[in-house]
Amino acid sequence: MINIENLCKTFGHNKAVDGLSFTVERGEVLGFLGPNGAGKSTTMRMITGFLPPSAGRVSIGNYDVAKSPLQAKRLMGYLPENAACYSDMSVHGFLSFVAEMRGLSGDAKRRSVQRVAELCFLGSVLQQQIDTLSKGYKHRTCLAQALIHDPEVLVMDEPTDGLDPNQKHELRSLIREMGRTKAVIFSTHILEEVDAACSRAIIIDRGRIVANGTPAELKNMSEFAGAVTLVAQGADAHKLAALAPAGRVEPLGGGGMRVYPRDRGASAVLVKAIMQLVAHEGWKIEALRTEEGHLDEVFRSITLPDTAKSASAVRDTQAVA
Amino acid sequence: MNSSIANVRNIAKRELGSYFTSPVAYVFLVIFLLLTGFFAFTIGNFFERGEASLASFFVWHPWLYLVLVPAIGMRVWSEERRSGTMELLLTLPVNPWEAILAKFLASWAFLALALALTFPIVITVNLLGDPDNGQILAGYVGSLLLAGAYLAITCMTSAMSRNQVVAFILSVVLCLFLILAGFNPVTDLLTRWASPALVDAVAAFSVVTHYDNFQKGVIDARDLLYFASLLGFALFATSVIIRNHRSA
Repeated sequence: MINIENLCKTFGHNKAVDGLSFTVERGEVLGFLGPNGAGKSTTMRMITGFLPPSAGRVSIGNYDVAKSPLQAKRLMGYLPENAACYSDMSVHGFLSFVAEMRGLSGDAKRRSVQRVAELCFLGSVLQQQIDTLSKGYKHRTCLAQALIHDPEVLVMDEPTDGLDPNQKHELRSLIREMGRTKAVIFSTHILEEVDAACSRAIIIDRGRIVANGTPAELKNMSEFAGAVTLVAQGADAHKLAALAPAGRVEPLGGGGMRVYPRDRGASAVLVKAIMQLVAHEGWKIEALRTEEGHLDEVFRSITLPDTAKSASAVRDTQAVA
Repeated sequence: MNSSIANVRNIAKRELGSYFTSPVAYVFLVIFLLLTGFFAFTIGNFFERGEASLASFFVWHPWLYLVLVPAIGMRVWSEERRSGTMELLLTLPVNPWEAILAKFLASWAFLALALALTFPIVITVNLLGDPDNGQILAGYVGSLLLAGAYLAITCMTSAMSRNQVVAFILSVVLCLFLILAGFNPVTDLLTRWASPALVDAVAAFSVVTHYDNFQKGVIDARDLLYFASLLGFALFATSVIIRNHRSA
């Protein structure tokens, strides 16, 4: 449904988005991750047709956003960053306005306002003026606006920003639910959301895609992925390291050891070997677990500007210049 | 085409509604009516003139609007930019020109309402004497067009900045220029060293020159064309500014 080819955006000399290409199909929830200033919002604004791209193209369904913006915009619901709403209107007035702009009228309008008000738990504040609402309600009002025409494509810029933990949880379930029938893309810098709501995630940094995969695949990029952590009395690092499937052994505090497998896929074999060794040596096990890999660690390792990276960035800019 | 009309109508309705949900509309209407009355009766010597016309009422409008119209129009785009709702508005299925036109029309309709509420002065002058009501009507048409011209310029400056004060000052300066180009003390100053043709050319750019014709009771196609082209230009400039702002 969303098709992005070689999308670029330059502000002056600054390349905010630099050659992004990806697609989002119906039934997919794509999480769009990246540090602040990585180009997430700029990309979202180009997808929704608010900013014209410097190069490349975006199409929604069969419509090119640059060539037939109205048709493309009709298919889309958009929750902008900071969830801007007309603050001098009542929630009901605002939703009715958006419904009318989406071509709904009469009974259809009334029903869709009611539907999104229920979906976003706005029933109790419908007649209240928007600038008297708390941040969470404002946010949900703006989300309701994006859903009013039951769009096939949903674009959300930091949808859970400013919500309390309960609201975040509700919203993630809602996103997951909607992802079954729609193409959904949302940006965030909260990594737990990727696990909670996404079927796929893209990490961008300085306008480029640095990782693209399912949450599980991304976690596997972690150096912890597949490592076995053992806490046992009497455990001996040398004996563990001598095991055939074991690679490096890292001592943790409190008598714990983290054993990394020699081959990445060989985690199950390693666990078996460690169990046999523990039984043979008679160590007393307190804990034994296989590490899943941490998204935040993957995120840090690929987006932190280390010296090697900045050197290559310098080379890149020189090549461009 | 139908959807364009519906879009313009919906946005204009929302815009007009937003004047009345805040105190802006009421404050403006009261101040406007007080000031027009004050200028017409006290400074304009409405009674002492002893003529059955609204000349003393209309003559102040270019100056009165100079402050009041930018005050109404300054928020039109600045507010959208500042609060981020511009992103919301322009990602709805609308053409930017529909939004520009709708916002302009809504504010213009509001100014027309304010002007219409001065009707007691028409009744007064009709009770006291026997005025030329055709001339009064032409005067109102001219006044409405004048307000529209200032408003279109304010829409343009409002699109330039997210700061309403900047928009206000810019539009006052531009409108002041449009007055002064045809203001007698200024044209007299110009005649001392410039050729009469140049003075006439400069004066032709002035709103006052064209506005005065309406006050004489003349609705001339050239004056209508002047206001129409001023409106058209300012609104077109607004659309260029908004497009550039998005692509910059």
